[in-house]
Amino acid sequence: MKPAAFDYVRAGSVEETVSVLAEAAGDAKILAGGQSLVPMMALRLARPTVLVDINRIPDLDAVRRTDGAVEVGALVRHRDLTDQTEHPLLAEAARWIGHTAIRTRGTVAGSIAHADPAAELPVVALATGATATVIGPRGTRIVAADDLFVGPLMTTLADEDLVTAVRFPLPSRWGFAEFARRHGDFALVTAVTAELDDAVRIVLGGIGPVPRRATAAEAVLAAGGTAGDAADAAAQEIDPTGDLHGSAAFRRAIAAEMVRRALAGAGIGQGRA
Amino acid sequence: MNVTFTVNDESVRIDVEPRRTLADALRDNCDLTGTHLGCEHGVCGACTVLVDGEPVRACLMFAVQAEGCAITTVEGLQHDGALHPLQEAFVDHHGLQCGFCTPGMLLTAVHLLEHNPSPDRRTIREAMSGNICRCTGYQSIVDAVEAAAQRYPPGP
Repeated sequence: MKPAAFDYVRAGSVEETVSVLAEAAGDAKILAGGQSLVPMMALRLARPTVLVDINRIPDLDAVRRTDGAVEVGALVRHRDLTDQTEHPLLAEAARWIGHTAIRTRGTVAGSIAHADPAAELPVVALATGATATVIGPRGTRIVAADDLFVGPLMTTLADEDLVTAVRFPLPSRWGFAEFARRHGDFALVTAVTAELDDAVRIVLGGIGPVPRRATAAEAVLAAGGTAGDAADAAAQEIDPTGDLHGSAAFRRAIAAEMVRRALAGAGIGQGRA
Repeated sequence: MNVTFTVNDESVRIDVEPRRTLADALRDNCDLTGTHLGCEHGVCGACTVLVDGEPVRACLMFAVQAEGCAITTVEGLQHDGALHPLQEAFVDHHGLQCGFCTPGMLLTAVHLLEHNPSPDRRTIREAMSGNICRCTGYQSIVDAVEAAAQRYPPGP
């Protein structure tokens, strides 16, 4: 249960981070909050030869309200999200992440880049159409959440890329629902709905290798269907796998209920009074 | 690598491999064995310490990351031989049995009460939920934190 030996670099700047990552050619990892990486190293599931610690890089810890969105820097912790009021959906989602001592250290950008299939923030990112600012050896680019997640713990980011900020658009209406065996555990199912520019997105997490938009359920709503109809459609369009935490049928049933609750929280598809 | 930080207000300078966790450094380099290691991968909460006043799992932070930080361990809770009000409450309310989880429980509770001097039981449960105890069934721990809150010194 001890990590293997590695070289430690305390980066002073984004440029230094990217250059060390590029030099290591895939053997280096970025150390931010460390709440996922360090357990993986302790279990020897990850064995980087170089760790680039970005915690001392200045100016990466801001939460900024921009035009219609909230942008969070690479060193913004989950706790900073629960404490802010600019983006209520982010504040609610962050309350569901781990426990106090994990939220103290764990970072928002780290959660997005780590892409755990049961994590909350990738689901929020996809639901709000978030974008990541990514700096690599060839400069800065913007990557949409829609183009980010490709598999469990796998993204389209390159080994030498650093996510310096994530921009979460502010939805006009939103809902969040999660089911876990115990509060603080990874989700069996997370459902997030967000209304942006009059289009409603419904995204499910925990039911497959990546967060997934329930496009059939979105279409049901767009055609005037109720939240219940949309929830049923969502349960039908996903293909959950069973494991020791719950069977596929159980996850499907929970997914429908979480979609129903998320839509109720958003006040979407509730029918005419 | 050389690292300098303070533990319980005393300056410490140690030479550690980068892979040494803060928890191991506290125990083996600083001889402060009050910080316990349970799972060593961030699940059980036994190794929780305060780093610059914030609760941190010391098994998920490397000692080299603590350069310049102020760390509080369970050894730093007592003052002049007198137990911290939370420690007294744990004694009075049987908030421990084997005691293995207690250092982490105490530091998590210290942080809670410093930010919320009068939490209700639900808030206490939520705040303590990242610390696992295999003996008490938690009721007596919640009792202890609740009792300590009632006699906790008013904040600054």
